[in-house]
Amino acid sequence: MFQTLNLKAVLVATVVTLGLIASVIVGSRNLQNFDGALIAYLFGTIFACFGIAYRYVVWLQRPPTWRYWVRGWQLFFSRKMFVYGWELAKHFFNDFVCQKFIYHRGTKRWIAHLSLVVGCMIAFAVTIPLTFGWIHFGLKQGTIDTYEAYFWGFKTMEFPLHTWIAFNMFHILNWCSVLVIIGVTFMMRRRLTDAGQIAIQTFEGDWLPLILLLAISVTGLGLTWDYEFMQGKAHQFMAISHAISVILFLIWLPFGKFFHLFQRPAQLGVAIYRKEGEIGEQAICPHTEQPFASKLHINDLKEVTKKLGFNYDLKDGTSHLDLSPQGKRAALAKAHLAARKKSGSYFG
Amino acid sequence: MNNTQFKTDQEFFMDPQRCIGCHACEMACAECETNGQTPMISVDYVDRFTTTQTSVQICMHCEDPVCAKACPADAITKDEFGIVHSANVARCVACSNCVLACPFGVPKKVEPMQLMMKCNMCYDRTSAGKKPMCATVCPSGALWYGKREDIEKARPNSTPVNSFQFGKQAVKTKVNIMMPKGSTQLVVD
Repeated sequence: MFQTLNLKAVLVATVVTLGLIASVIVGSRNLQNFDGALIAYLFGTIFACFGIAYRYVVWLQRPPTWRYWVRGWQLFFSRKMFVYGWELAKHFFNDFVCQKFIYHRGTKRWIAHLSLVVGCMIAFAVTIPLTFGWIHFGLKQGTIDTYEAYFWGFKTMEFPLHTWIAFNMFHILNWCSVLVIIGVTFMMRRRLTDAGQIAIQTFEGDWLPLILLLAISVTGLGLTWDYEFMQGKAHQFMAISHAISVILFLIWLPFGKFFHLFQRPAQLGVAIYRKEGEIGEQAICPHTEQPFASKLHINDLKEVTKKLGFNYDLKDGTSHLDLSPQGKRAALAKAHLAARKKSGSYFG
Repeated sequence: MNNTQFKTDQEFFMDPQRCIGCHACEMACAECETNGQTPMISVDYVDRFTTTQTSVQICMHCEDPVCAKACPADAITKDEFGIVHSANVARCVACSNCVLACPFGVPKKVEPMQLMMKCNMCYDRTSAGKKPMCATVCPSGALWYGKREDIEKARPNSTPVNSFQFGKQAVKTKVNIMMPKGSTQLVVD
């Protein structure tokens, strides 16, 4: 295990995790606003933080990933910052807010994914600051019907109890659970009925994430159900089962499918890289004599593939990578024809 | 993957010289459930102005797939049967590295979906012990799937080869190309 340990990643992950712990201490005002009942969630989140940072740094060290990472930031902080800033904003809206690319993969998949994303993101935005003690609530001094919300110890808002604002604030995680259950239901149905999906899916890659999300949502709703309709009789069971499902989710976060939450923003880097490619010189395929990619991309790819141990340099000083995909297929067909011709028979 | 009925004694054999450009393989490929009804095979007119030659290209499923290595998102994987799978839909960031790095010109990017897709040897069928769609419909035998001894018997003047040379780069593949008897490698440069 220690032979494969990536020391750079350990170092970065340790620094990030210590930074997180420091922010919990500072943000909760020396833990005075920290809710002790959430301690298990905090440990789960700290583990997830270390795991995510470790995997992210290992991932970044791969030559193609590193090339995109460096190029992305170089372009963003270049003189064309406003051009790329606008490009990023457009892609953020289309790809992350509206998720148009998933809509093109299927309407039901889009509804499912959007429900999951909205549900999960709101839930993260609420639960993570609560777990860290960054947010806490209290009764306004001298009143019995006004709540105050604090962030990092600073008062940010107040709202009267028994109003729709208070109702929705106290139940926001329930609405998130409903959205997640809708999304999970659609996705599970697809995984049970789509022949292509059935052929390639795995339990840990496709089913486990859905089961974990479903467990979190159902047990979360169970907590509300218990105190609203069961006079809290099942509170212990609900609280423990919810905590177990959330902590399993947090432990699985760096390893499984959920890691794509952290990889996906790379799509924004790719967007500005492509924009730069469109503006710049184009690579012309010697076979089709048509542009097929940016020169920047082809040159970067030649370097990256060499770093990965692939050398497509040809005798004449050009590279097989100078050909477009169609050009490569033609080159193979021509070489095959030449070999057949040389043997004296076109067929055999 | 989950299904274990993949027949390891059966292989894919491709002979571009036999391709008659009928596009039957393309139509059949669109029946593959894992592609979402999008054909992943390429049928090309090699040089339409000077020759009637057509060519067919499926994924060769490289032993050391450059598409997977060049992928910045770790989206492409090779399984225990040597099948190089289409990009993981959750991870693919549509950068086109795989499309441009593949020496055979196989992966395709579906722009609206922002997703790379490629032939996965009809995994829905081959993992259930069936032949890939394209090989079942090819009328000229340009695409053939079965036992090595059977094709060697049927085509005694050809040798299946799975070694390629692209300039300085040697590539070994799971899929074979039918070459003149006694050949050991197809050199492309």
